[in-house]
Order: sequence, then structure tokens, then C-alpha cells
Amino acid sequence: MQTKRTVFGNRLLPYAFLFPQLAVTVIFFLWPAGQAVIQSFQREDAFGLSTTWVGLANYADLLHDPTYLNSLKVTAIFAPAVTLLSVGLGLVFAVCLDRLVRGSRIYAALLVWPYAVAPAVAGIMWWFLFNPSIGLLPYLLAAVGYRWDHSLQPTDAMILVVIAASWKQVSYNFLFFMAGLQAIPKSMIEAAAIDGAGPVKRFFTIVFPLLSPTTFFLAVINLVYAMFDTFPVIHATTGGNPAQSTNILVYKVFVDGFIGLNLGSSAAQSVVLMAIVVTLTVIQFKWVERKVNY
Amino acid sequence: MIDRHPWLDALAHAVLIAGVLLVAFPVYVAVIASTHGPNDFMSGLVPLLPGSDTIANYRSMLTDGLSSSGAPPLGGMLWNSLVMALCVAFGKIAISILSAYAIVYFRFPFRAVAFWMIFVTLMLPVEVRIVPTFKVVADLGLLDSYAGLTVPLIASATATFLFRQFFLTVPEELMEAARIDGAGPLKFFRDILLPLSRTNIAALFVILFIYGWNQYLWPMMVTTKSSHYTIVMGIKRMSDVADALPQWNVVMTTVVLALLPPVIVVVGMQRLFVKGLIETEK
Repeated sequence: MQTKRTVFGNRLLPYAFLFPQLAVTVIFFLWPAGQAVIQSFQREDAFGLSTTWVGLANYADLLHDPTYLNSLKVTAIFAPAVTLLSVGLGLVFAVCLDRLVRGSRIYAALLVWPYAVAPAVAGIMWWFLFNPSIGLLPYLLAAVGYRWDHSLQPTDAMILVVIAASWKQVSYNFLFFMAGLQAIPKSMIEAAAIDGAGPVKRFFTIVFPLLSPTTFFLAVINLVYAMFDTFPVIHATTGGNPAQSTNILVYKVFVDGFIGLNLGSSAAQSVVLMAIVVTLTVIQFKWVERKVNY
Repeated sequence: MIDRHPWLDALAHAVLIAGVLLVAFPVYVAVIASTHGPNDFMSGLVPLLPGSDTIANYRSMLTDGLSSSGAPPLGGMLWNSLVMALCVAFGKIAISILSAYAIVYFRFPFRAVAFWMIFVTLMLPVEVRIVPTFKVVADLGLLDSYAGLTVPLIASATATFLFRQFFLTVPEELMEAARIDGAGPLKFFRDILLPLSRTNIAALFVILFIYGWNQYLWPMMVTTKSSHYTIVMGIKRMSDVADALPQWNVVMTTVVLALLPPVIVVVGMQRLFVKGLIETEK
């Protein structure tokens, strides 16, 4: 690991500097995470009076729990859908903006601010727009003959949370694609143009392949966002319903642990989620290293 | 511009205008809703043009709150959100810049261990370890306090990495010169490194302020009394009532007040925001 050529010789000072960060990390991150791992091998009786070791039983139960399997399935639809929608729109806006000489700064300014809106607030706003009795969008959908009701229709509820979760993320992806597009050498595009490649062909044979590192990075980041940071969207709008159709994994951990008080199962779910985040983070860092050494 | 395709330019403008409208639309509807009285939401369609109850809505929510749902005045919640966002942002920056300084400018046993311990925080979002973390905070007696709201969130791997990357690019000669002139580690940090880090600190501040302001699950867990509610989590309590008894105008008033401060920060400091966003992910 890198340091400076010359360093300060003080022995105690570095520990003093690191102390606050490490104290918070140990007390509020490592210790609770360790507790979750331990609890995932235990089971409490109904009154919380005694705990027994049950080995992997909590994990095995998860595999046979239809609500957990459903939650896995819901997440497997929700997270890729959010990723696809928000990365796709971000790319479209960035590519359009990259074409323009005039007005690009104004467009950029008007597109990035939703990043600042809290997921919970975004959820409530879309929930209002989609309100079955007075909302604008159901009114428009009714005009084409569709009766929207996200409190009863699982598909409608899923569409609602996907849109609400993607909305604020588009601006983030847009910014990264903008940076990626600016890094593409103009000479390469010009050479292709001289060889007779039109704008569409240039995009698919040059621009998009050169953006693939950015796209991959954003895919991972957005999957992490969709799996973990969208808790407020679900909590503020559908609450995982109707019929568990929007009960994503991170929401289920909360419901089982805090409302259901099923600590063993909730802990096992936490550990599974931690494993998923660690995997995604490692993938992302491997990619970053590859880019640096390229 | 390589070749001219007027129709493609027109298409690009059209797509971007559609994008801008799409992005702004939910907020427009929320702002409009916050200018109407409660009776405009009983039936039919949400209003799409401004109403005349703007001042009444905002005044009553800021000073009285929504008594029917036990929601406190928004003034206090906005204050709590501001305190939380500022403490989280400054706390994260302070402890991260110190740890990055220790890691880059000193050599000591367990340096790599410390680095990896900080790295781990990146991987454990509060959502996945929520129950045991809540228990720790409860055992420490930090429920319903600003310390409980902020301290557990101020460890930051991203901020530490950002400062580490930046310190590694600071020329070696600066420190060597400072040492020759007799500056110790504290003086070097305060008089040279800190002023050099100004832009990074500002960029990071924008990102972290938004992060702190937008916290939802954590304040919901650690606050049981309305005196410590933050505005983003407070909306949920109002909207729960809203479903039974439509009070959309005041819910949307709250929405507007909750999203305005971080949006103002992003719009006002756009350049720093973009820098902070792109650099923290490297």
C-alpha cells in the first residue's frame, strides 16, 4: 500500500488520527455485522427468554420459505428493471446532449437536480401521480381503457416502484455517461466519419463499445442502489404489497426483524444480503483496478 | 461537429426537452398540489394549475403541523434535518480526512488492517444490518438524540478513499520542504494539507449533505418522539393518514419543503456537485 517517500516519525499520532473513524466502524459496523452473523445461527424462543444454537437451520428455512423465495424473485425483477430503465435513459440523454453545441449546459442543469431528491420523497410524488382515484396517470390510462390500481394489481405496483426508484437515478447515470462521452477521442469519431460511417453506425461501432467500462460500472452501482437504497421507496409507497408483489429483500429483512421480531431469520437474511453487497463491491473494485492498469 | 444532420439535432432537442419535462413533472404536480385547499382533492382529477391556498398551507404546516396525525410542525423537522445533514457531512469529512492523513503520511504497525477495516464500512449499508445496529444504539442510550441520529452514520470509506487519493497526488516536495522548515505533522496538516484540500472538501460536502438530509430508515428507527423527527421520514407519517382522509395538499407541502434544500444545494453548487459525485466513485 502506498505512502509518501518520507513520512512523519511520530508513533502515537497516526493512531490518534485513526481512532474516531475506527471507533465508529467497530461499534456501529463490525460489531452489529458480527451480531447478525451470530444471530443467524441462533433461534430465540417465543418469549425471547432463551436462545439455542441451530446451526444452518435459519438459512435452510429461508430456502423453504415461499415468502423469501418470492422476495428473491421480486428483487430479481425489480433491481434489473430499475437498472435497465435508469441506465438506458441516462445513456439516451447523454448521447443526445453530446450532439448539441448550443444549450447543452442548460439541459444538463435541468437534468441533474433530481439526484438530490430523497428516494422516499420521489416515491411519495409518484404515488400521488399514480393515485387510483385522483391521480393524473390513472386518469390518462383510463382514457385508453386501462384501469390502474396499484393497491390491488401486483403488476401495477411493480411498475410504480420501478418508475419511482428509477426517476432520481437517471440524473446520476446521465452525468457519468456525459463524462464517459467526453473522454472519447474526437479523432476516432472523425476518422470513422471520413470513412463514411453515419451517426447511427458510429454510435454502435465506436461510441457504445468505448463506453462499455462506464456502462458496466453503472450497471453494478445501479444494482446496488436498486437492491439496498430503494428501501424508502417501498416503505413510503406500497409497503411490499399487494400480495407481497413488491417485497424486495432489503424490505423483508426490516419487516421480519422489526415488525415480525423473527430475529434469527432476519439475521440470516442480513447475512445473505451482506454476501451480495460484498460480491458486487468486489466486482466493482476489480473493474476499477483493471481500468487503472489498462 | 463532424457532419450536419439537422433532423438528428432536432431529434436530440426533442428527446432532451421530453427528458427535462419528464424529470420535472412529478415535482411540478407536487408544487401545484401544495397551493390548493383540501377540498380540491376529494374527487375527480388532481389540479394542474396553481391554487390560492399557498400561504395558508405553508404557514400552517411550518408552525402547527398536522394535528390530526400527531405530526409536529415542519419548522422543527426542517431544523432536525439540517442539524443531521450538517453533522453527518462535517463529521464524515473530519474523521475521514484525519484517517486518510494517518494512512498516507505515517508508517505504523497495523496500517493495512486499519485500511481494510475502513473499507468494510463501504460494504455494509445500514439497511442490511439494521436490527443489530439499532440494538447497539439503544444499548448506548442514544435513541431520540442528535448523537444517535448522526454518529453511527459518520464512518465513511468513500470519503477516506477520496482524501487518500488526493494526498497521494500532493507533491512529495511540499512535505519535505515543510519538514526542513521545522513543521511537525500537526502544523503541516493544518497549514498546508487542509488549505490544499479545500475544493475536495467542498465537493464532498455537497454530496454528503444530500446523503445526510435524505436519510430515511435510520431516523425512523432511532426516533420515537416527534421532537427528533426529520422531515424526510416525517412525510411517511402524514401520507399514512392521507390515504384514509385525503390531505394531499399538506403532504405535498411537506414534500416540497423536504426536497427544496438539497435541490438548492445541488443547483447552487453544480460544479462542485458533479466533481464530488464523479470523484467519490473512483
